[in-house]
Amino acid sequence: MLDWLPESLSTYSGEIDFFFYVIYYITAGVFVLVAGTMIYFLIKYRFREGRRAVYSHGNLTLEWVWTVATSVALLVLALASKPLWGRIKQELPPSNVKVQVTGKQYNWEVLYPGPDGVFDTKEDSLAGTLDDYQIDNEVHVPVNTVVHVHLKSKDVIHSFFVPVLRLKQDALPGREIKAWFEATRAGQYEIPCAELCGFGHSGMLGQLFVHEPADYQNWVQQTWPALETQAGGDSTQVPAENPKQ
Amino acid sequence: MSETTHVETAHAHQGFLRTYIFSTDHKMIGKQFLILGLLMMIVGGALALLFRWQLAYPEKPLPLIGASQKFLESGEPQTFMDRNWQEWMSKDDAEQNWLARNLPMGTVTPAFYNALFTMHATIMIFFVVMPILVGCFGNFLIPLMIGTRDMAFPVLNMLSFWTAFIAGLIMMVGFFVPGGHAAAGWTSYAPLSADPQWTGVDWGQGLWCISLIVVGISSLMGSINYITTIINMRAPGMTYFRLPLVIWSLFIVAILLLLALPVLTSALAMLLFDQWAGTHFFDVKGGGEPLLWQHLFWFFGHPEVYVLILPAMGIASEILPVFARKPIFGYRAMVYAMIAIAFLGWIVWGHHMFQSGMNPALGTTFMVSTMFISVPSAIKTFNWLGTLWGGNIRFTTPMLFAIAFVAMFVIGGLSGIYMASTPVDIFIHDTYYIVAHIHYVVFGGSMMGIFAGIYYWFPKMFGRQMNQTLGKIHFWLTFIAFNATFFPMHILGVGGHMRRIANPLQYQFLHDMQWMNVMITWSAIMLGFSQLLFAWNFITSIRRGKKAEENLWRANTLEWDAPTPPPHGNFLAQPSVYRGPYEYSSPEVEEDWLPQSRRLAATAGGSRNGH
Repeated sequence: MLDWLPESLSTYSGEIDFFFYVIYYITAGVFVLVAGTMIYFLIKYRFREGRRAVYSHGNLTLEWVWTVATSVALLVLALASKPLWGRIKQELPPSNVKVQVTGKQYNWEVLYPGPDGVFDTKEDSLAGTLDDYQIDNEVHVPVNTVVHVHLKSKDVIHSFFVPVLRLKQDALPGREIKAWFEATRAGQYEIPCAELCGFGHSGMLGQLFVHEPADYQNWVQQTWPALETQAGGDSTQVPAENPKQ
Repeated sequence: MSETTHVETAHAHQGFLRTYIFSTDHKMIGKQFLILGLLMMIVGGALALLFRWQLAYPEKPLPLIGASQKFLESGEPQTFMDRNWQEWMSKDDAEQNWLARNLPMGTVTPAFYNALFTMHATIMIFFVVMPILVGCFGNFLIPLMIGTRDMAFPVLNMLSFWTAFIAGLIMMVGFFVPGGHAAAGWTSYAPLSADPQWTGVDWGQGLWCISLIVVGISSLMGSINYITTIINMRAPGMTYFRLPLVIWSLFIVAILLLLALPVLTSALAMLLFDQWAGTHFFDVKGGGEPLLWQHLFWFFGHPEVYVLILPAMGIASEILPVFARKPIFGYRAMVYAMIAIAFLGWIVWGHHMFQSGMNPALGTTFMVSTMFISVPSAIKTFNWLGTLWGGNIRFTTPMLFAIAFVAMFVIGGLSGIYMASTPVDIFIHDTYYIVAHIHYVVFGGSMMGIFAGIYYWFPKMFGRQMNQTLGKIHFWLTFIAFNATFFPMHILGVGGHMRRIANPLQYQFLHDMQWMNVMITWSAIMLGFSQLLFAWNFITSIRRGKKAEENLWRANTLEWDAPTPPPHGNFLAQPSVYRGPYEYSSPEVEEDWLPQSRRLAATAGGSRNGH
């Protein structure tokens, strides 16, 4: 069944899949055991004329055994899941590639901070130069680089979902929620909206472009042509290499 | 004894209106809830088939009622429906025509699609499963099984049904108001649901809120009645730990409803004010908070899930011992498990909100509590298995459904563990995995329980038996079609298929899975049509079924002491209770059943309130 999982293309997607598989084997085992026992009982103890059923009200030891066993198993599963959850949702690794994605009926509005690294469109002008670049439904990021996604919404709740990255995070009006990922293979992937957002919900779809370093540089230069002359090719704000190395 | 009979029959002579419409008899009210639920099931099921067609064949006209492909290509009407569509679509006031607006040429529009799945869930949960499991079985069984004449408040009981009926009418009217019916999902997440500008739905969403507030009032009246009746009106000797498990389950459900519904009602009132009175409880622009709706809704919603499943668990716990001819395994463990669910059910709501933007640290807390709430369900499952062990099992129709309930509930319970694990939930949240899970619990669980209960108690309700052969065919068709419909949804979810999308073909990564959507749709159609067999069996058996004797299943609980069907006032003489409800194959007697009310000379402690 798990063969149907989409490709696993982020640094944490493999770990999520690992838990998926662990739970899959545990639950499949439990199901086979329970269903097998049940079918065995149903056949073995099917009606026979003149036979009398066992007069038993239960077994306290058994009750304790299965209560404690399930509690322990589930507690272990919960505790084991905790660190990964924390790494994906709570502890954002440092990054200097960031992109703001704003959900609006029925598009993803994508904003790049530009060389100054500050989100400052004309609407909410902050410090920094007005070098931001905005486009609908296209997220361009370099491969093997931690990317921060600043999620917002202009109207209703949307959900930023990238199946191959195993990333999903709702975008709420009135809040900025930070999510992160590090894609491990270049390519073009889909970003559907996963939360019902109105009659155009079906088809609200962005594209994630994960670029090889050279490609990414090309894209940066096409997007900010002035960059070469102004900053002298300083690419620290939009690194092509993994900043961790 | 004969004197009592005489009094009861005299009492039963009332006019048609008082007997069938404005009845205060708990049995008639139970049947009224049953009919309401079954009729609404037809509506809810039909809605599901409409949107399933759209999912399998996106933007293709519906079969039979839609326009033909040839007509769409050539513009030349080919069939009777083509000519109709041509006429409806060409009129100047096409926008005013309900069909032309929602189903142009017989194709489901995206907006109507949203209304369809919203109303499918709303109707199935609030107007099918709740009326039947809680309304019908609660009303019919509680007085009969605890050995009393009627509910504590018969008039309140009647009011409860008619309030639910009015709520149902309001809900139905919503389909025909301008703007269409509510289309923000049965969970109605704000701000989508809170402001008509986001969905184009104004009246529909408002009526949705009002209808649910009204049906909530109905459930509140019912739950107060159930609680009072169970606490105060048990027959002599019927201690709490001699109560049948289905009564325990209904008792706990009534308490859950009593405490959970006010939260929903408040949330719905706030939502209604946001829509119609310009308040901003859930709207950021006015200082509101969208997540507040989710917290309130799921604080109600999670206990609600147990409201939908506990009575079915109770029904299975009644039926398994009867047809295994064995005492229930671990009676007290079963009761404590249900009590544990009732407590833990209040502290797990956040697992619906792991990806919502709620503080992720809270996610961990809710993951732990959620993992623990599956423990009582596991205990119950093991005890059902223990009940089958060493039995002498008869595969009657109710037993088949009860066994299927256990098996399907196991799948629904196990699939829940994936979502409880927060990292895995990141991926499967809002996918078909969730849809598969909820249907294994609510269809595989609650609906199988409903069918089991109807086949089991039908003879007591109507005095006649349902046809067993038809029942078994109905069981196998339902069981196979159910699994063919809902099991592949797990796989769709694993593939990342989102819920609530109208057209999967808009996404490249879902193309390879479209054949599963087609298969699911045809299985769903088969599942729907299998229910015609049940409808036929149900309707014909009321008038022409084989006459049922008083205790045809040879069961122990008190309802089988009453005449079949029970008269107004239920029992010919006040029954007394001498033992627990599941004394099957007891060594104390020669037969393999020992009714709760039978006094044995040797039974210690049986002297209390003896005849």
